[in-house]
Amino acid sequence: MRRVTWANLLARKVRLLLSAAAIVLGVAFVAGSFVFTDTISKSFDSIVEGTIPDLTVRLDGSQDGGGFVVDDRTIPASLVTRLAALPDVARADGNVEGQGLFVLDPDGKLIGGQGAPTLALNYNDAPSTTGEPTVTIGRGREPRGADEVVLDARTVEGSGFRLGDTVEMVTAGSTPRISARLVGIADFAGGGLAGATLVLFDTPTAQRIFLGGADVYDSVAVTARDGVSQARLAADVGPELGDDLQAVTGDELAAETQSFIDTALGFLGTFLLIFAGIALVVGTFLIVNTFSILVAQRSRELALLRAMGASRRQVVGSVLTEALVVGLLGSTVGLLLGFGLAALLRLVFGQFGLDLSGTPLVFEPRTAVVAYAVGVLVTMVAAVVPARRASRVPPVAAMRDEVALPESSIRLRLVLAVVLALAGAGLMALGLAGSGTTGASLVGGGILGVLLAAALGAPVIGRPVVAGLGWVFRRTAGTVGVLATQNAQRNPRRTAATASALMIGLALVTTMSVLGASINTSIDVGVKKEFTSDYLVTSPTFSDFSTTLAQQVRDTDGVGEVTQMQSLPVEVDGDDVFSTAIDSASFTAVYDLTMVSGTIDVEKGEVAISQDDARDADLSVGDDVTLGFPGGEQDARVVGVYEQSNVVGGAVLPFTTLAAAQIPRSDSAVAVNAAPGADRAQVGERLDRIVADLPTVTVQDQTEFIDAQRAQVNQLLLLIYALLGLAVVIAVLGIVNTLALSVIERTREVGLLRAVGLSRRQLRRMVRLEAVTIAVLGATLGVVMGLLFGTVLQRAFVNDGITDLSFPWGRLVLFVVVSAVVGVLAAAVPARRAARLDVLRAISTE
Amino acid sequence: MTHLAAESTPTRTVAARAVDLRKSYGRGDAAVDALAGVTIDLYAEEFTAVMGPSGSGKSTLMHCLAALDSPTSGSVLIGDVDLASLKDKALTLLRRDRIGFVFQSFNLVPTLTAQENILLPLSIAGRRPDAGWFDTVVDTVGLRDRLSHRPSEMSGGQQQRVACARALVSRPSVVFADEPTGNLDSTSGAEVLGFLQRSVREFGQTVVMVTHDPVAASYTDRVVFLADGEVVDELRAPTAESVLETMARIQLRSGHATGSTREP
Repeated sequence: MRRVTWANLLARKVRLLLSAAAIVLGVAFVAGSFVFTDTISKSFDSIVEGTIPDLTVRLDGSQDGGGFVVDDRTIPASLVTRLAALPDVARADGNVEGQGLFVLDPDGKLIGGQGAPTLALNYNDAPSTTGEPTVTIGRGREPRGADEVVLDARTVEGSGFRLGDTVEMVTAGSTPRISARLVGIADFAGGGLAGATLVLFDTPTAQRIFLGGADVYDSVAVTARDGVSQARLAADVGPELGDDLQAVTGDELAAETQSFIDTALGFLGTFLLIFAGIALVVGTFLIVNTFSILVAQRSRELALLRAMGASRRQVVGSVLTEALVVGLLGSTVGLLLGFGLAALLRLVFGQFGLDLSGTPLVFEPRTAVVAYAVGVLVTMVAAVVPARRASRVPPVAAMRDEVALPESSIRLRLVLAVVLALAGAGLMALGLAGSGTTGASLVGGGILGVLLAAALGAPVIGRPVVAGLGWVFRRTAGTVGVLATQNAQRNPRRTAATASALMIGLALVTTMSVLGASINTSIDVGVKKEFTSDYLVTSPTFSDFSTTLAQQVRDTDGVGEVTQMQSLPVEVDGDDVFSTAIDSASFTAVYDLTMVSGTIDVEKGEVAISQDDARDADLSVGDDVTLGFPGGEQDARVVGVYEQSNVVGGAVLPFTTLAAAQIPRSDSAVAVNAAPGADRAQVGERLDRIVADLPTVTVQDQTEFIDAQRAQVNQLLLLIYALLGLAVVIAVLGIVNTLALSVIERTREVGLLRAVGLSRRQLRRMVRLEAVTIAVLGATLGVVMGLLFGTVLQRAFVNDGITDLSFPWGRLVLFVVVSAVVGVLAAAVPARRAARLDVLRAISTE
Repeated sequence: MTHLAAESTPTRTVAARAVDLRKSYGRGDAAVDALAGVTIDLYAEEFTAVMGPSGSGKSTLMHCLAALDSPTSGSVLIGDVDLASLKDKALTLLRRDRIGFVFQSFNLVPTLTAQENILLPLSIAGRRPDAGWFDTVVDTVGLRDRLSHRPSEMSGGQQQRVACARALVSRPSVVFADEPTGNLDSTSGAEVLGFLQRSVREFGQTVVMVTHDPVAASYTDRVVFLADGEVVDELRAPTAESVLETMARIQLRSGHATGSTREP
């Protein structure tokens, strides 16, 4: 029996490869996701390990809100001296950690920006826990004096700077622009910076730029003497610190940083694994189909084996062994391809600013275990049903001419499909009624249920589509069209299963398109309603900018009302809320927010909150709340509740409250109106000139703002399309596979058709039209599903800003048309193969 | 000469002709001649049987005549068209318009009804069926009440009659039938043969049939006997007995021939 299995495998190398292709792609995606995420965490591990000192002394609360808020509190240099003198301390170094600084490359373009951050530090050679200095100067020398700077090696390479060049930088501080000479190139401990840009000044310069010039620091790195543990060091340093300071050991800080990185980048792994899952589900369809066809074609041979005494178990075993080999083979190739995929992902994410080129790809044994487990398991499970069907071939079938496989009841399938569809619909309804992540996952589960139901029911629900296509083909291609359609209908299950793979891919693509279109429309509607100023000054890098800019704007000819806004996370009764600080007098002159109750005119000690926050926290006008800032708490009274808005968010509080919290002023946005009678276009040009040499700041009118917002959405969509494209590729492979096997199966018929006068061209057209039928069936079902899912998801996210539903009809039609073209392409090889069949040999094939 | 030729073919035209047809498989010493120089004229409006023992080359001859296979050397003419000069496209058209096929294993398209199968060659060619001829053919094969059935719903005999109707519906120059009764019981076989005979005698069709069954051969006007790739004998107005007799003689002769080469 084993010999028979092996002989089968070897005799059908091509079919084997085709079915293994599905496994290869699915496994490659799983393995690629693992390798990539492992590489990310390895990369950050080495950064963490190479940069954290034995003990860090920092301001209490400075890490609240993810370290987003920097207040004006500092550590005096005297403390650094005092710590350095302690018996267990080898050395203590004061750190300046500058925020909001960006480097411009020689062409004046921003380096970094939306991706990895720019770290501006004072240079010192303090060692990390590894004993090596965090930063070493590789070439040139360390910075000395106000006009010298050192950059990290990758930034220098990437931007084309050379030693001695002048480096231009922009900041959010009172001096918007700084220039300094590049005197050295730094190497960062741990290999890479994951794409971050490192800027080093000497200590007095860093203090001047970021800390107002006083001899103070943001934190202190304390290094233990040899043999002193971190705990002992902490105990030694602790008593020296005041109430507002805390000592964090290297281990603690490493754990803290790690969890921060995990939350920031963990979604990447989940995100990639979701796509791996999709690829595998689609791949499963392909494998089930391939094995079903293979078994169908071999049913005579299997019957012969049964007639000669092979037991059912042996027949099942033979098919399953074949599946095992295919699974192992596919997993191995998939694993290898996964590395390629991880390398590709590394390249792509490098383009988006997450540069991991400093870390080699990481291969954990777990990656191989999961890859093989998934690959082999999926193949085996997919082969079970065809294998069982194979075992039911009666031995007497070997004597008959035509062998029909016993088929499982379509009614059972339909019942299952209806049950799944109802369950899915129920989950969606529940999800829509619920809210937050539970709601979203319920909707997601519902989508999965309905999708599987559609795949199961496809032989039935696809009938009208196939019939419609049949009508068109009969009209346009005559007999060839009729033959093609009937071939597609001959085995509705096979056609439907092949189409289902494409359906899943296109359902997801369509869902994303509908969501994307809805987001864009929502932006349109929202911005047109709320963007009431003539111009808005914002930062495309989401970094705040200097308040001097608003002053410059005010001084510009033709400018009327100007109002400044600063966004920052604030704790409201213990919950982090991304909030907006305003000057209410000028704010109300530009914006007219719709209030649910009270006023937006907030004074010190007052706050206005959003409708959602008010509902979630059960607050209303007149209630008191506690606002938490890194430096301490403040009480405030709710004076207004506003309807959800894109202009402001969370707690709206006055600038005076920030001042009391020792938070330095900078602007996130400045809204500008032209003065009555002034030429708007001219004002716009003048504003453009102000920000011309500040790449972190842009001036946009309503249309430009909409375009910029849309561009971001579209970029994200493009990435998702690219990933979903993989599922579509697998589906196309499925079509190739099914057609190739069908052509083999109908060799004799092909010979007959040729014998009675079907030309090669007509034969190729027949195969192509069959492929188009399958592809368009899958695409149509997919688009219909996608429209449904997109609508449901839009409803689910209606409170998260996707307020308006929109269908991208043009794009959807394009999907179906492209699918038809893809069908034609998928048919190329099988069609050519069919056309090349020798008529005589084909006709005498058993 | 002219007088003689006119006498031997008084009114007959040649529907298909093979001239010194050779077909060998393999190369060099291992080469096997399936056809070792066959020259034969097949006349229009005649029912011809090609007979011979297994390996005599009768199927190969028919495949070459029917443009399904290409000979190693020699030429085949359908009417006055030399097949050697035709490329695949022209061969396809020739098969479509001038040749009909009936196979041993029926070879109907399972997705099509009987009527659709019968009309398949015409619809592939994009030609309209001649309604009168179609009715004649259908009534002759007796399939009027089966036209909407699919092959799986018909008996073997019925399927083969559909195949015969399909071969005749386009009024081809020649219908080639490869063991058309090989898979049928004797009653069904007789029906099919009777139909082929009528199509020649009543409707002026030309049928060439390969068979090894003397009873089947007795339905024809002429039997050509093949052995070892050569034409060895011929019978006109055959009966089952005369065919059997001739076959026995040929068997004996070729048996002697092979026997003598083996003996020292």
